[in-house]
Amino acid sequence: MTVAEIVKVLDAKVISGEDLLDRDVHSACGSDLMSDVLAFVKDQSVLVTGLTNAQAVRTAEMMDIVCIVLVRGKTADSGMIDLARDRSVVVLQTEYSMFTACGLLYESGLRGGGGRANAKKFKAAL
Amino acid sequence: MPKNLKLHYDISGEDYTRAGEASAQLKQVLRQLGLSSSIIRRVSIAMYEGEINMVIHANGGTIDVEIDSACVSLILKDTGPGISEIDLAMKEGYSTASESVRSMGFGAGMGLPNMRKHSDYMKIDSTPGVGTTVYMKIALGEE
Repeated sequence: MTVAEIVKVLDAKVISGEDLLDRDVHSACGSDLMSDVLAFVKDQSVLVTGLTNAQAVRTAEMMDIVCIVLVRGKTADSGMIDLARDRSVVVLQTEYSMFTACGLLYESGLRGGGGRANAKKFKAAL
Repeated sequence: MPKNLKLHYDISGEDYTRAGEASAQLKQVLRQLGLSSSIIRRVSIAMYEGEINMVIHANGGTIDVEIDSACVSLILKDTGPGISEIDLAMKEGYSTASESVRSMGFGAGMGLPNMRKHSDYMKIDSTPGVGTTVYMKIALGEE
Protein backbone atom coordinates (compact mmCIF):
# COMPACT_ATOMS: atom_id res chain seq x y z
CA MET A 1 0.00 0.00 0.00
CA THR A 2 1.28 3.51 -0.74
CA VAL A 3 1.02 6.56 1.50
CA ALA A 4 -1.34 8.06 -1.09
CA GLU A 5 -3.70 5.11 -0.58
CA ILE A 6 -3.57 5.65 3.20
CA VAL A 7 -4.54 9.28 2.64
CA LYS A 8 -7.57 8.05 0.71
CA VAL A 9 -8.59 5.31 3.17
CA LEU A 10 -8.36 7.62 6.18
CA ASP A 11 -9.66 10.69 4.39
CA ALA A 12 -6.51 12.33 5.73
CA LYS A 13 -4.93 15.71 5.34
CA VAL A 14 -1.23 15.84 4.42
CA ILE A 15 0.65 17.92 6.99
CA SER A 16 4.16 17.26 5.70
CA GLY A 17 5.80 15.22 2.96
CA GLU A 18 3.48 16.10 0.07
CA ASP A 19 6.18 14.90 -2.34
CA LEU A 20 6.58 11.52 -0.63
CA LEU A 21 3.11 10.04 -1.13
CA ASP A 22 4.29 7.36 -3.55
CA ARG A 23 6.23 5.60 -0.79
CA ASP A 24 5.36 2.01 -0.01
CA VAL A 25 4.10 0.99 3.42
CA HIS A 26 4.34 -2.68 4.42
CA SER A 27 2.83 -2.75 7.89
CA ALA A 28 1.14 -0.62 10.53
CA CYS A 29 1.36 0.08 14.24
CA GLY A 30 -1.02 1.98 16.50
CA SER A 31 0.50 3.34 19.71
CA ASP A 32 1.09 6.44 21.81
CA LEU A 33 3.97 4.73 23.57
CA MET A 34 7.15 5.25 21.62
CA SER A 35 9.00 2.56 23.55
CA ASP A 36 6.42 0.03 22.35
CA VAL A 37 7.01 1.22 18.82
CA LEU A 38 10.76 0.81 19.34
CA ALA A 39 10.22 -2.70 20.70
CA PHE A 40 8.03 -4.13 17.97
CA VAL A 41 7.77 -2.23 14.72
CA LYS A 42 9.12 -3.55 11.43
CA ASP A 43 10.45 -1.82 8.34
CA GLN A 44 8.52 0.70 6.31
CA SER A 45 5.57 0.99 8.64
CA VAL A 46 2.92 3.59 9.16
CA LEU A 47 2.57 4.76 12.77
CA VAL A 48 -0.96 5.63 13.89
CA THR A 49 -0.71 7.77 17.02
CA GLY A 50 -2.10 10.57 19.13
CA LEU A 51 1.39 11.83 19.93
CA THR A 52 1.90 15.20 18.28
CA ASN A 53 5.47 16.12 19.21
CA ALA A 54 8.97 15.78 17.78
CA GLN A 55 9.63 12.49 19.56
CA ALA A 56 7.14 10.73 17.29
CA VAL A 57 9.28 11.81 14.33
CA ARG A 58 12.51 10.82 16.10
CA THR A 59 11.06 7.40 16.75
CA ALA A 60 9.95 7.16 13.12
CA GLU A 61 13.46 8.07 12.04
CA MET A 62 15.02 5.35 14.21
CA MET A 63 12.59 2.71 12.93
CA ASP A 64 12.45 3.71 9.24
CA ILE A 65 8.77 4.49 9.66
CA VAL A 66 7.74 6.30 6.50
CA CYS A 67 4.48 7.86 7.63
CA ILE A 68 2.85 9.07 10.87
CA VAL A 69 -0.93 9.41 11.08
CA LEU A 70 -2.30 11.71 13.79
CA VAL A 71 -5.75 10.57 14.91
CA ARG A 72 -8.85 12.44 16.10
CA GLY A 73 -7.83 15.55 14.17
CA LYS A 74 -4.93 16.25 16.50
CA THR A 75 -2.60 19.03 15.44
CA ALA A 76 1.13 18.43 15.10
CA ASP A 77 3.18 20.90 17.11
CA SER A 78 5.60 23.10 15.17
CA GLY A 79 8.64 21.13 16.33
CA MET A 80 7.09 17.97 14.94
CA ILE A 81 6.35 19.48 11.53
CA ASP A 82 9.81 21.05 11.19
CA LEU A 83 11.57 17.82 12.10
CA ALA A 84 9.31 15.73 9.86
CA ARG A 85 10.13 17.99 6.88
CA ASP A 86 13.83 17.84 7.68
CA ARG A 87 13.87 14.04 8.03
CA SER A 88 11.49 13.27 5.17
CA VAL A 89 8.78 11.67 7.28
CA VAL A 90 5.21 12.03 6.03
CA VAL A 91 2.73 13.35 8.62
CA LEU A 92 -0.99 12.90 8.00
CA GLN A 93 -3.97 14.00 10.05
CA THR A 94 -7.26 12.12 10.15
CA GLU A 95 -10.49 12.82 11.99
CA TYR A 96 -10.95 9.12 12.74
CA SER A 97 -10.15 7.77 16.21
CA MET A 98 -7.17 5.47 16.76
CA PHE A 99 -9.42 2.39 16.82
CA THR A 100 -11.29 3.28 13.66
CA ALA A 101 -8.17 4.41 11.77
CA CYS A 102 -6.42 1.13 12.60
CA GLY A 103 -9.56 -0.81 11.64
CA LEU A 104 -9.81 0.91 8.28
CA LEU A 105 -6.14 0.24 7.51
CA TYR A 106 -6.53 -3.40 8.54
CA GLU A 107 -9.57 -3.73 6.33
CA SER A 108 -7.50 -2.34 3.48
CA GLY A 109 -4.97 -5.13 3.88
CA LEU A 110 -2.32 -3.68 6.18
CA ARG A 111 -1.15 -5.87 9.05
CA GLY A 112 0.81 -5.28 12.26
CA GLY A 113 4.58 -5.44 11.90
CA GLY A 114 5.10 -7.24 15.18
CA GLY A 115 2.40 -9.86 14.73
CA ARG A 116 1.57 -12.74 17.01
CA ALA A 117 4.75 -14.63 16.18
CA ASN A 118 6.84 -11.71 17.39
CA ALA A 119 4.74 -11.27 20.52
CA LYS A 120 5.28 -14.92 21.40
CA LYS A 121 9.01 -14.63 20.77
CA PHE A 122 9.19 -11.55 22.99
CA LYS A 123 7.32 -13.24 25.83
CA ALA A 124 9.57 -16.27 25.58
CA ALA A 125 12.65 -14.04 25.88
CA LEU A 126 11.52 -12.56 29.18
CA MET B 1 34.26 -3.59 7.38
CA PRO B 2 34.80 -0.44 9.49
CA LYS B 3 37.98 -0.11 11.50
CA ASN B 4 38.04 1.28 15.02
CA LEU B 5 36.01 4.38 14.49
CA LYS B 6 35.43 6.41 17.66
CA LEU B 7 32.66 8.96 18.07
CA HIS B 8 31.73 11.21 20.97
CA TYR B 9 28.40 12.91 21.61
CA ASP B 10 27.54 15.46 24.29
CA ILE B 11 23.89 15.13 25.23
CA SER B 12 22.13 18.25 26.48
CA GLY B 13 19.59 17.70 29.20
CA GLU B 14 17.86 21.00 28.66
CA ASP B 15 15.90 20.53 25.48
CA TYR B 16 13.59 17.51 25.27
CA THR B 17 12.89 18.17 21.60
CA ARG B 18 16.55 17.53 20.75
CA ALA B 19 16.60 14.18 22.55
CA GLY B 20 17.47 11.61 19.91
CA GLU B 21 19.59 13.89 17.74
CA ALA B 22 22.83 12.06 18.59
CA SER B 23 21.20 8.70 17.84
CA ALA B 24 20.01 10.04 14.50
CA GLN B 25 23.53 11.24 13.70
CA LEU B 26 25.03 7.87 14.60
CA LYS B 27 22.45 6.15 12.42
CA GLN B 28 23.68 8.19 9.45
CA VAL B 29 27.28 7.19 10.17
CA LEU B 30 26.36 3.51 10.40
CA ARG B 31 24.53 3.78 7.08
CA GLN B 32 27.56 5.36 5.46
CA LEU B 33 29.70 2.52 6.81
CA GLY B 34 27.37 0.12 5.03
CA LEU B 35 26.31 -1.90 8.06
CA SER B 36 23.24 -4.10 7.67
CA SER B 37 19.85 -2.53 8.32
CA SER B 38 19.22 -5.01 11.13
CA ILE B 39 22.40 -3.97 12.98
CA ILE B 40 21.71 -0.29 12.36
CA ARG B 41 18.20 -0.74 13.74
CA ARG B 42 19.42 -2.45 16.92
CA VAL B 43 22.15 0.11 17.61
CA SER B 44 19.74 2.99 16.92
CA ILE B 45 17.07 1.69 19.29
CA ALA B 46 19.56 0.86 22.07
CA MET B 47 21.21 4.28 21.85
CA TYR B 48 17.98 6.24 21.40
CA GLU B 49 16.40 4.73 24.51
CA GLY B 50 19.61 5.43 26.41
CA GLU B 51 19.77 8.98 25.11
CA ILE B 52 16.13 9.58 26.11
CA ASN B 53 16.84 8.20 29.59
CA MET B 54 19.80 10.55 29.94
CA VAL B 55 17.75 13.57 29.00
CA ILE B 56 14.71 12.79 31.13
CA HIS B 57 16.42 11.45 34.24
CA ALA B 58 19.96 12.79 34.37
CA ASN B 59 20.06 16.23 32.74
CA GLY B 60 22.13 14.90 29.85
CA GLY B 61 25.54 13.26 29.70
CA THR B 62 27.95 11.83 27.15
CA ILE B 63 27.82 8.94 24.72
CA ASP B 64 30.97 7.35 23.37
CA VAL B 65 30.71 4.98 20.47
CA GLU B 66 33.41 2.68 19.18
CA ILE B 67 33.00 0.63 16.04
CA ASP B 68 35.48 -2.09 15.17
CA SER B 69 35.31 -5.14 12.94
CA ALA B 70 33.52 -7.19 15.61
CA CYS B 71 30.99 -4.89 17.25
CA VAL B 72 29.54 -1.49 18.00
CA SER B 73 30.24 -0.50 21.63
CA LEU B 74 28.28 2.23 23.37
CA ILE B 75 29.17 3.88 26.68
CA LEU B 76 26.50 6.21 28.03
CA LYS B 77 27.67 8.20 31.01
CA ASP B 78 25.77 10.67 33.13
CA THR B 79 26.15 12.41 36.48
CA GLY B 80 22.47 12.20 37.31
CA PRO B 81 20.68 10.85 40.38
CA GLY B 82 21.71 7.24 39.72
CA ILE B 83 19.54 4.12 39.88
CA SER B 84 19.07 2.78 43.38
CA GLU B 85 17.51 -0.55 42.42
CA ILE B 86 18.78 -1.71 39.05
CA ASP B 87 16.82 -4.99 39.07
CA LEU B 88 13.61 -3.06 39.60
CA ALA B 89 14.54 -0.52 36.91
CA MET B 90 15.09 -3.38 34.44
CA LYS B 91 11.51 -4.60 34.92
CA GLU B 92 9.09 -3.79 32.13
CA GLY B 93 6.60 -1.20 33.23
CA TYR B 94 8.61 0.12 36.16
CA SER B 95 9.13 3.84 35.76
CA THR B 96 9.97 6.90 37.81
CA ALA B 97 9.35 9.31 34.93
CA SER B 98 7.30 12.49 35.28
CA GLU B 99 4.03 13.30 33.55
CA SER B 100 5.80 15.61 31.10
CA VAL B 101 8.01 12.71 30.02
CA ARG B 102 4.98 10.47 29.60
CA SER B 103 3.37 13.09 27.40
CA MET B 104 6.36 12.67 25.05
CA GLY B 105 5.50 8.99 24.61
CA PHE B 106 8.20 7.73 26.96
CA GLY B 107 8.42 6.90 30.65
CA ALA B 108 6.40 3.69 30.38
CA GLY B 109 9.15 1.59 31.88
CA MET B 110 10.26 0.06 28.58
CA GLY B 111 13.54 1.91 28.00
CA LEU B 112 16.02 -0.30 29.83
CA PRO B 113 14.25 -3.55 28.78
CA ASN B 114 14.39 -2.35 25.16
CA MET B 115 18.08 -1.58 25.50
CA ARG B 116 18.71 -5.07 26.86
CA LYS B 117 16.58 -6.64 24.14
CA HIS B 118 18.43 -4.94 21.30
CA SER B 119 21.99 -5.33 22.58
CA ASP B 120 24.15 -8.45 22.87
CA TYR B 121 25.82 -7.24 26.05
CA MET B 122 24.63 -4.70 28.58
CA LYS B 123 26.00 -3.64 31.96
CA ILE B 124 24.87 -0.84 34.23
CA ASP B 125 27.12 0.79 36.82
CA SER B 126 25.20 3.19 38.97
CA THR B 127 25.72 4.96 42.26
CA PRO B 128 22.87 6.99 43.73
CA GLY B 129 23.84 10.65 43.86
CA VAL B 130 26.88 10.12 41.62
CA GLY B 131 25.59 8.93 38.26
CA THR B 132 25.08 6.05 35.89
CA THR B 133 27.18 4.46 33.17
CA VAL B 134 25.59 2.00 30.77
CA TYR B 135 27.80 -0.22 28.61
CA MET B 136 26.29 -1.93 25.58
CA LYS B 137 27.70 -3.96 22.73
CA ILE B 138 26.03 -5.03 19.51
CA ALA B 139 27.92 -7.71 17.59
CA LEU B 140 28.26 -7.07 13.87
CA GLY B 141 28.10 -10.73 12.98
CA GLU B 142 24.71 -11.28 14.60
CA GLU B 143 21.61 -10.80 12.44
